[in-house]
Amino acid sequence: MIDVKNLSKSFGSLEVLKNISTHIDKGEKVVIIGPSGSGKSTFLRCLNLMEIPTEGEIIFEDKNITHAKDHEINLIRRRMGMVFQHFNLFPHLTIRKNITLAPVKLGIMTKAEADKRAYELLETVGLPDKADEYPNMLSGGQKQRIAIARSLAMNPDVMLFDEPTSALDPEMVGEVLELMKKLAAEGMTMVVVTHEMGFAREVASRVMFMADGNILEENNPQEFFTNPQNQRLKDFLSKVL
Amino acid sequence: MSEFIEKLKDTFIVDNRWRYLTEGLKITLIVAFFAVILGLLLGFLVAVIRSTHDKTGKLKLANAICRIYLTVIRGTPMVVQLLIMYFVIFGSFRISKIFVAVLAFGINSGAYVAEIVRSGIMSIDNGQFEAGRSLGLNYPKTMIYVILPQAFKNILPALANEFIVLLKETSVSGYIALNDLTKGGDIIRAATYEAFLPLFAVAGIYLIMVMFLTKLVGLLERRLSASDRR
Repeated sequence: MIDVKNLSKSFGSLEVLKNISTHIDKGEKVVIIGPSGSGKSTFLRCLNLMEIPTEGEIIFEDKNITHAKDHEINLIRRRMGMVFQHFNLFPHLTIRKNITLAPVKLGIMTKAEADKRAYELLETVGLPDKADEYPNMLSGGQKQRIAIARSLAMNPDVMLFDEPTSALDPEMVGEVLELMKKLAAEGMTMVVVTHEMGFAREVASRVMFMADGNILEENNPQEFFTNPQNQRLKDFLSKVL
Repeated sequence: MSEFIEKLKDTFIVDNRWRYLTEGLKITLIVAFFAVILGLLLGFLVAVIRSTHDKTGKLKLANAICRIYLTVIRGTPMVVQLLIMYFVIFGSFRISKIFVAVLAFGINSGAYVAEIVRSGIMSIDNGQFEAGRSLGLNYPKTMIYVILPQAFKNILPALANEFIVLLKETSVSGYIALNDLTKGGDIIRAATYEAFLPLFAVAGIYLIMVMFLTKLVGLLERRLSASDRR
């Protein structure tokens, strides 16, 4: 589904990603872990071209999108949902409008269709009674669940999660992870940057360890956590587990 | 006391002098209203161009033009701009003075509105932009539906301030012999040799207008703050 070939990304003289290659299959749940500053988020943001790669190629469904034009990028992003650490809900809009804004303004659904879809999604994320409230009235966990619903409203083929639980109070992490597990079980292709090792172990089909802009190890969670090969990964796991 | 009533009569009633004030008020309101509209349009346009350039590096030429506009307009006095507009730019045309004044005040106000709006756009967290773009909304749609509504709410007090300044600034319209409210009061003063009453009447009318405007903006602010309640 997504092919990454020799991807490099620099911000000025700072080289954040160094010649990364990997492949993400349809239905896979790839969890990326690693110390901060390792390039995890930048890697994720390159996949939907929120960051433009300095070198290398991103191939999405057999189409090289690295040098896509703006309107092509917009079409691609409709198919790649993204969930942010800080939710980034639109504070001036009700929950319902947050969810329906993109489908309606992009002409994908009528307002009535989008409203109906919004209610279905609110059921899915367990917040059916919040449609007419504003984001400021919700807890962090609720906000993140709405943000996930907002992404799902575009019926994406793949969901990118950029540290979705890092900004949450501990007691709210669970509800968001539960929802993500539900999504995974339904077959959604997911790429998740997180520090939640339990989630990685339980949900991932593949865990990827990044440090200093490189993928140092990737494996199925069983092997990854019980039998790590790379010394950096061993050190990292001994600190976080 | 009867002397005061005599003066009142002389100032406002004799020769229907009150009409200088009502006619003047009409012109002041027309000029201010359309100048505000023009200023808002120009201001939003310039602000969007400037912040698009700052964010994406595009629109280099447009941005350069906007910067010249801001520098020139904010660097020269309003009265001088009004005089240039009337005597130089439209010097050889027979054209409505009201139109000239609307143009001069609107273009002037636009420069200040532009920087206010730009500060509003900059005040919005970049995550809002990213959220919009990640959903597939293009840059203009993200600007219109996500950024500008939030920016507008943040800048409302500053915008109201600008409109108050603009409303009062139109009192220099007399420089191009436009009979606005201030000029009306001045005509009465010249005719009656009585300064106190007409000038205080004029000042009072401006004050009432500004208080009304402030009230209006307060209502709008309250309406827009629905999403702030926790």
